[in-house]
Amino acid sequence: MASITLENLAHSYLSDPKGETDFALRELNHTWEDGHAYALLGPSGCGKTTLLNIISGLLQPTRGRVLFGEQDVTQASTAQRNIAQVFQFPVVYDTMTVGQNLAFPLSNRGMDARYIEERVQRIAQMIGLEAHLGQKARGLTADLKQKISLGRGVVRDDVNAILFDEPLTVIDPNLKWELRTQLKSLHREFGHTMIYVTHDQTEALTFAEKVVVMHEGQVLQIGTPQELFETPAHVFVGYFIGSPGMNFLPVSVEGRHAIAHGHTSALAQDYGHPQGDIMLGIRPEFTSLTKGEGLPVMIKRVQDVGRYKFVNATVFEREINIVLDAHIEIEADMTKVSFDPDKISIFSNDWRIDPASGGKL
Amino acid sequence: MTQKTNNQRAWFLVLPVLALVAFSSIIPMITVVNYSFQDSFGGNEFFWVGLEWYRELLQSERLWDALGRQLLFSSIILLIEIPLGILIALSMPKKGWMASLCLVLMALPLLIPYNVVGTIWQVFARADIGLLGRAISDLGLSYNYAQNAFDAWVTVIVMDVWHWTSLVALLSYAGLRSIPNAYYQAAEIDQASRWAVFRYIELPKMSGVLIIAVLLRFMDSFMIYTEPFVLTGGGPGNATTFLSIDLVKMALGQFDLGPAAAFSLMYFLVILLISYVFYTVMISADNDGTAR
Amino acid sequence: MSLRLQGVSKSVDGEVHIHPLDLELEKGTMNVLLGPTLAGKTSLLRLMSGLDKPDSGKIYWDGKDVTRRRVQDRDVAMVYQQFVNYPSMTVYDNIASPLKMQKRSAQEIDAKVQEMAELLQLADLLHRKPSEISGGQQQRCAIARALVKDVGLVLMDEPLANLDYKLREELRIEIPRLFAASGSIFVYATTEPEEALLLGGNTATLWQGHVTQFGPSTQVYHRPADEITARVYSDPPMNFLPVRKQGGMVHFPNGQSTRATRAAAAMPDGEYRAGFRAHHLEVGGDTAGKIAFEAKLIVTELTGSDTYIHVETAGERWIGLVPGLQTFEIGQHVPLCLNPDNVFYFDQQGKLAGSTPLATQMVGA
Repeated sequence: MASITLENLAHSYLSDPKGETDFALRELNHTWEDGHAYALLGPSGCGKTTLLNIISGLLQPTRGRVLFGEQDVTQASTAQRNIAQVFQFPVVYDTMTVGQNLAFPLSNRGMDARYIEERVQRIAQMIGLEAHLGQKARGLTADLKQKISLGRGVVRDDVNAILFDEPLTVIDPNLKWELRTQLKSLHREFGHTMIYVTHDQTEALTFAEKVVVMHEGQVLQIGTPQELFETPAHVFVGYFIGSPGMNFLPVSVEGRHAIAHGHTSALAQDYGHPQGDIMLGIRPEFTSLTKGEGLPVMIKRVQDVGRYKFVNATVFEREINIVLDAHIEIEADMTKVSFDPDKISIFSNDWRIDPASGGKL
Repeated sequence: MTQKTNNQRAWFLVLPVLALVAFSSIIPMITVVNYSFQDSFGGNEFFWVGLEWYRELLQSERLWDALGRQLLFSSIILLIEIPLGILIALSMPKKGWMASLCLVLMALPLLIPYNVVGTIWQVFARADIGLLGRAISDLGLSYNYAQNAFDAWVTVIVMDVWHWTSLVALLSYAGLRSIPNAYYQAAEIDQASRWAVFRYIELPKMSGVLIIAVLLRFMDSFMIYTEPFVLTGGGPGNATTFLSIDLVKMALGQFDLGPAAAFSLMYFLVILLISYVFYTVMISADNDGTAR
Repeated sequence: MSLRLQGVSKSVDGEVHIHPLDLELEKGTMNVLLGPTLAGKTSLLRLMSGLDKPDSGKIYWDGKDVTRRRVQDRDVAMVYQQFVNYPSMTVYDNIASPLKMQKRSAQEIDAKVQEMAELLQLADLLHRKPSEISGGQQQRCAIARALVKDVGLVLMDEPLANLDYKLREELRIEIPRLFAASGSIFVYATTEPEEALLLGGNTATLWQGHVTQFGPSTQVYHRPADEITARVYSDPPMNFLPVRKQGGMVHFPNGQSTRATRAAAAMPDGEYRAGFRAHHLEVGGDTAGKIAFEAKLIVTELTGSDTYIHVETAGERWIGLVPGLQTFEIGQHVPLCLNPDNVFYFDQQGKLAGSTPLATQMVGA
């Protein structure tokens, strides 16, 4: 096992990239620490798969280096990198049994038969495949096949990293819970470095200790789920994390006040007089309906979603979403919306302003 | 869950085809069935002979010999063409202009009419003036397909392999191309050997098209007529007289319409039977382990 | 306009896809078919559309028997999980194609296409080919093509399943709006309970070819008729534990008991299975009037604002969703509690024996 360092890494699919926009992956410096679980999160086409392919060795980067530990592996083949990968669609050896599938990476490396047997048993038990060990892999359900792929990844104890490329795409919602839990248990048990690519924020946040949010080839923020949720560094992170995402209102800010169309909202910190396009960001969870103070709101739709109430509304013709506790009754005279000052973020030209550090994050 | 759409009226669209098939195969076949139970003395005099022709045929060595030769020929053809075709498909380039060029070159033999193939090889392999035949003779080997039974067999087989291996190769190539890249990547990560990649990924994923290839090649080789007829005329002696050549000899050469009719019906049933057995065996082998 | 299925069933190759079922969908309603993969959602949609004929039963449209009528002659449109567009046509021509087949005037077609494009935010993309736009836009185009015909029945088979998570979220809000504007009957198949709730309207829960319950979505969610419906309508999966009712008390396996109140009071004495949803499991806090448990923590998952806890207690695996970011040691024993008002009791046949629905009900819908 080893840490993975990306040094001045950039990639373009064009042979002669000119400007920044020609790059599918813009310059990036980052170290994935040994034994941690990371997620690469972003919409389709954000460059996350490009980055994964560079780490797995499928793609040679246009610029920069990839280091495993101290060793430069930029030019090394996938096999030389000693990694494991779980793909979007289950990749299993159809004609082999489940047990043979799990043993395959070990027997190819000439491991001792007794060790293989023992190891396969242990992994099968951990991911709930014991009952299927003797069955042919073909004809199993998608979730079982995906478990086999996962098992083949963790069966070797010396892999540098395990890469996941949207592994739960074809899995039913109910079974996702089980697979996710097993993934976590495996990580705790074996301590592999894991990198998980997904467009699904729930999967990314629940899986990873640190999440890398990408957009248009650029890494916007690397942080813990809590940091991404509470202090998004960029408007896109605010929008992408959370379900529904952050609400945004164009405002002007003066010290501890944000002003929109003559209505003032209190801020928890003194922002001074920030320049540029100023946006107020507030999560639906910290937005509430009131009878008195706040901005005028037009409620368009209220939906009971069981655990909470989902309210879709407009404020100054901008759409906002509000998440209310299930037991809160919405009354006819709730015509205003107010924001929790502690939870407000202020963005200038799409980037978050952090007054405590005296400027942008 | 694949589901079919029910549309009863769609049957009407099939009617023209059914009519055509009736005219082109079913009605002529009934004539053949009719012949097979009768004897004729030239002209239009027919006598009912019942199963006489069938009984006679089953007892004739001639039929059994031809059937034996036929089975041997088809087996040899399959054993050579299937592995060779797969091997060629595996070594073909995956993409680029080289791939297109290969595909065109591979398809060429398939485009040549059967009798032309026979003629080409008849000249090509002639011991006196043929390029190949002459070359072999010049090496000091005695070779003459017109006189030596073994040489005739070798020539017919080489000719068939030359003519038809491309078909197997093209089908296998199509099968190989449809395997997602992730499988190869996973195998590389698992450090699978080249053989293991073939055995556990490529072969299982190709099994569908290979079944079709085996079936096509079997049926076709079992009915082979034109090429050996042009090349050797079934000789020397009866060495390369396969079932269809024998049938033509009987029907047209000797004008034994009754026995020939019985022969062709049995021929038809044998092909049907063997193809069916082939198909079910291969399908069940392919499905092994699939059913839950 | 209404769609009525009467005793409709379907088997394929001896395998039952749909058991005989009755279902009536009213004019201008949003109807969600909720169930896991292979529950029969697609089979049912195909029967409704006329793509398949039922083995038994009748299908009525507006009171008229249309069981044997071809899909072409029915008043339906369908949107699939895959983005089905004509690849060689522009977005404009794609949307216009159903109208052209109906031989509408060019002027009318143009007006309709523009209106649809506006509604589905495709106005700037009309001249592009499907391959030149994103997956979400392709699916919008397919939806526009389905809606432009103004049909009475719009069938959607997991239309958002292949989309990015965020696009899914946006279209989930958009689809009820489109539906409200069209006045057609919408039938929407999904595997996700939250999607069903967000779409509102009615839900039919499907399980192994049976419709286990049909009614207003919030009502089915808050008052599932049986254990299977409750399972189908819970994500994270519902938690269960065995209980026993005796002498006006409900006894829990950890020795605690609570007075059988509300609907539970009416249940006869006996063994039951108690089920509750993840967000009703509380960590620590005030246990007055609640059932307290101690459970071993297996895994925690943070979502940014909440924490999923996977715990084990008395041989049962539960998932809890607790607000805030909770940091626990794995393997640690955590104190949990559960308000008995939030528990469903299912009898030995799996039927709901007594329930205590939430006070707030049927908002929106």
